[in-house]
Amino acid sequence: MAHQAIGKKFPPYEYEVGREKIREYANAVGETNPIHHDREAAQAAGFRDVVAPPMFAVVYAAGAVGPAIFDPEVGLNFAMMVHGGQEFVWGEPVCSGDVITTTNEFKDYSERDGKKFFVFESVSTNQDAQEVCRATWTNIVRGG
Amino acid sequence: MKQGDQIPELKVTPDKYLPHRYAGASGDFNPIHVDPEFAKQVGLPGNILHGLYTMAQVARANGEAAGDATKLKRLSVQFRGMGFPEQEITVSGTVVEERDGRLVVDTVAEQGGNQIIRNAQAEIEVS
Repeated sequence: MAHQAIGKKFPPYEYEVGREKIREYANAVGETNPIHHDREAAQAAGFRDVVAPPMFAVVYAAGAVGPAIFDPEVGLNFAMMVHGGQEFVWGEPVCSGDVITTTNEFKDYSERDGKKFFVFESVSTNQDAQEVCRATWTNIVRGG
Repeated sequence: MKQGDQIPELKVTPDKYLPHRYAGASGDFNPIHVDPEFAKQVGLPGNILHGLYTMAQVARANGEAAGDATKLKRLSVQFRGMGFPEQEITVSGTVVEERDGRLVVDTVAEQGGNQIIRNAQAEIEVS
């Protein structure tokens, strides 16, 4: 069934980046550089506003990536899923005030060694249509 | 930095409640990360770290090596094994290639003798 869903695209998800969310995320992962916390420090370093750490991509992309995992046509058994691999390619930095739109596509499905591999690719762009992140999410389902 | 150099090692010990804070920050409240009882019911030793939290530590080590986080332009990882709170994680990496003003860094995250992220490849801008 999953084979037939390869190429399926999911609705774009729009995320508005806020300064406090960047700070909360930076605190959780230990990014202490003031450019992630303090507007003046970020501006002094040449950014429009407080800048998101690169892995903040998981926050703005989540709304596009989550629904694909639970899509009945994709048919991924979430209870048996492990996150197998992940790639991010970053473009323009993401700052507070940006509006990020993410699209997501079910890119590939394969089976080997009794495991199912579900690969999704998401593309995130900012309000000026500049690409900020392209991500490949590989989820592995063991057994049935 | 040049080919063959090590990036500065990063050591971090996520505290007991780190998975809860990361869940709030990221929006991923999968109970295997925040509920030790649930985790045990599905055969895990206890609640485990989010793989993307550990990947963020790999990102941080490379960003700090480059000067700031926005110089990290690409990162790909494979998740292997499980990470746990209250145990030290060590991230180490070696510059394996230099091309077009970027360094390619092979990076590993290890915890208690297990490589919980391996085959991680980062590209950082160098000026």
